Amino acid sequence: MDFLNALILLLNYTIIPALTYGSQLALGAIFVTLIYGVLRFANFATGDMMSFGTMFAVLFTYYFQSLGISLGVLPTALLTIPFAIVMMILYMLTIDKFVFSYYRIKKSPPVQLAMVSVGVMFVTQAIIRIIIGPFDRRFLDGEKFILKAIEFKEMTGLNEGLTIKSTQLITIIVTLIVVSVMFWFLNKTKTGTSMRAYSDNEDLALLSGIDPKKVVMLTWIIAGVLATVGGVLYGLDKSYKPFVYFNNMLPIFAAAIVGGIGNPFGAFLGGYVVAFGEIFITYAYKKFFTYILPEHLEPDSLMQLLSTDYKFAVSFSILVVVLLFRPSGIFKGKIL
Amino acid sequence: MKKYLNVIAAYSIMLLLIILVGIFQSWTIALTIFNYCMISAVMTMGANIQWGYAGLINFGIMGYTALGGLAVVLVSVAPVPEAWEAGGLNMMFCILVIVGIVFSTRYVLKKIKKSKQRNYLVAAIIIGGLILIRIISGPAIESIEAVEPAKTGFLGGLGMPVLFSWIVGGIFAGGLAYVVGKIALGLRADYLAIATLLIAEIVVSVIKHEDWLARGVKNVIGLKRPVPYEVDLQGTPWFINLVEKLHAGKLNLINSVTEKQDVLKQLVIDASSVYVKLCMAGLFLSVVIALLIITQKALYSPWGRKMRAIRDNEEAASAMGKNIVKEHLLIFILGSAVVGIAGAMMVTNDGLFTPGSYRPMRYTFVIWVMVIVGGTGNNFGAILGGFFVWFLWVQAAPIALFLINLFTAHLPETNALKIHLIESAPYFRFLMIGIGLLIVMRYRPQGILPEKIIKQ
Repeated sequence: MDFLNALILLLNYTIIPALTYGSQLALGAIFVTLIYGVLRFANFATGDMMSFGTMFAVLFTYYFQSLGISLGVLPTALLTIPFAIVMMILYMLTIDKFVFSYYRIKKSPPVQLAMVSVGVMFVTQAIIRIIIGPFDRRFLDGEKFILKAIEFKEMTGLNEGLTIKSTQLITIIVTLIVVSVMFWFLNKTKTGTSMRAYSDNEDLALLSGIDPKKVVMLTWIIAGVLATVGGVLYGLDKSYKPFVYFNNMLPIFAAAIVGGIGNPFGAFLGGYVVAFGEIFITYAYKKFFTYILPEHLEPDSLMQLLSTDYKFAVSFSILVVVLLFRPSGIFKGKIL
Repeated sequence: MKKYLNVIAAYSIMLLLIILVGIFQSWTIALTIFNYCMISAVMTMGANIQWGYAGLINFGIMGYTALGGLAVVLVSVAPVPEAWEAGGLNMMFCILVIVGIVFSTRYVLKKIKKSKQRNYLVAAIIIGGLILIRIISGPAIESIEAVEPAKTGFLGGLGMPVLFSWIVGGIFAGGLAYVVGKIALGLRADYLAIATLLIAEIVVSVIKHEDWLARGVKNVIGLKRPVPYEVDLQGTPWFINLVEKLHAGKLNLINSVTEKQDVLKQLVIDASSVYVKLCMAGLFLSVVIALLIITQKALYSPWGRKMRAIRDNEEAASAMGKNIVKEHLLIFILGSAVVGIAGAMMVTNDGLFTPGSYRPMRYTFVIWVMVIVGGTGNNFGAILGGFFVWFLWVQAAPIALFLINLFTAHLPETNALKIHLIESAPYFRFLMIGIGLLIVMRYRPQGILPEKIIKQ
């Protein structure tokens, strides 16, 4: 019984939150990696682009709510995602046309493109703050919990409760759907293959008649879907605040590099590596050990490796360690 | 003379802008902006040494700035004897343990051949050391933080003059740069950018959360100043006499004695804050000029030529027998040390250390915009970039407000759009900086004052 309690405790406080957070990071990391693989630059506007898509989801949610449209138990935001994605893609394509394409055609070094993306970051941030303001917004409606701690305790008779928030389940399911569709597209369709070919060797791809414009456009479209979905899921689970989204760029970068930049599958797993690392290292295991250890061995300290203040620092340290020992990432980068 | 015409013109415009602020807003504001411009200029020079001379991209400026600020606290604040009694010895022992870990790891790496066993041994040393540190420091940190938590709760500093901390800030930042450089300098340019940014985040989060070191997010206030305090000045006879003499004409027009006293008092208060800021400005200006002379000399020395050669063609330079790894590390340390000095200057200017305020937006990306806009590889350009972008950063809100009012003049005061725009005026600074950067990158990628190669 104690063992089951300990298991539920871990599930409740570490595994489910880490899976959720990891899914959100994974979507962002695939976004970073796609841009890096096909367009060949580190996009410093990542966090703000995700925030931009989410902003439209929030605005549309408010609008739908005022019209009285809702999805019942599911959050209205799910309904608004397609509209937000359209706005996001339009914005990305506009930015690409007026900013990035010039440097791509000129074949500027990646560093210059990265600096340009810093400029895009500033502009995007300004637009977001001017439209919606810098404040914290919650836009979750519908049913909040799928399983409440008390219900679970009554059901099983255990001491520990298990809470599953609806946003956690939605995050994991939506991520799985989006990511599998994307991998199917990249690996099984002809257009997806041409994208991979372009990422692998631009000159050869051009030689075999792949249209670079189409590839670039497709990349931005997929990126727009990933950025918006990732951003909305994060916003539903926590809350929408532009500044937080900007900061999320850092663990997302860490996830992308840990997974091997340019490798979408690596980025997907990298998201979970970073999330699990963050949560496992900063979780206080005291209660866990009181369950599984005999009474006289019970720990009196918190049994916490690092305080939760260092949550972000942990993911960056993972990155530094990976950079030191395996600079191309755990899953070998650059094979989109 | 003709060669420097664009430099002189650009600087005169900049100076004119600041003087205009002085005339239209107030001299205190103008001097505050001027001081911050100079701090930004020093940071920009540091980043320019790395990016302009050697092509190294360092997005970790935030971390070095924070370390420079930390140096001010550790050097100038008076020590807290109770805290030292409570846990100083344990903390010192922890530092010894860290040194021990570093040296034993190095020893193992040097003496034992590359193998699985070596990796395990290194991991064991590091993990064992960390556990040891936690055991020793845990109770010590608690008792240190318990010493008057509202006022101190940290070890305090050395109680030395604050100017000394500028040098220490440079040394701290240089030391960090050595470690970061050893880890990250082999990476490709954009990897390096990300890695340095993330390492800087780690540094800042350590400063933020280790309360025993510098009170963390509780901030350290009331730091020492290298210049007199306003309150003291307002009571000093020579200063009052000076103000009286300067404003003699104005004062003589007032007949009543009490009224004259009141006016004089107000004038003295205003003048004292201007005087203090002027003193600061003098100190900062001397740092900027000293750095400018040193960097100019370095840039046009054989060493500077070597750096440019490495930047422009690593392989060729390497073929000529230049040790690229060593030179990169050296320049990374030098540039970071300059940024550290700027960080110390900034904290000295503010008189307070607020670790929570170190954010990548303000301390990394804005500084990079300064470098790019000013002119990479040109020291005059770097300083100008620091001045110009900082000026825009501060004055963007008033400019935006003016423009909004101009364009929405036909709308009634109650118009929702107008009210919304006026409320979001502060965010237009991001828009202006961003668009400015994009325009410069597109139409003048070499910056306002481009790099000049003097043929010798």
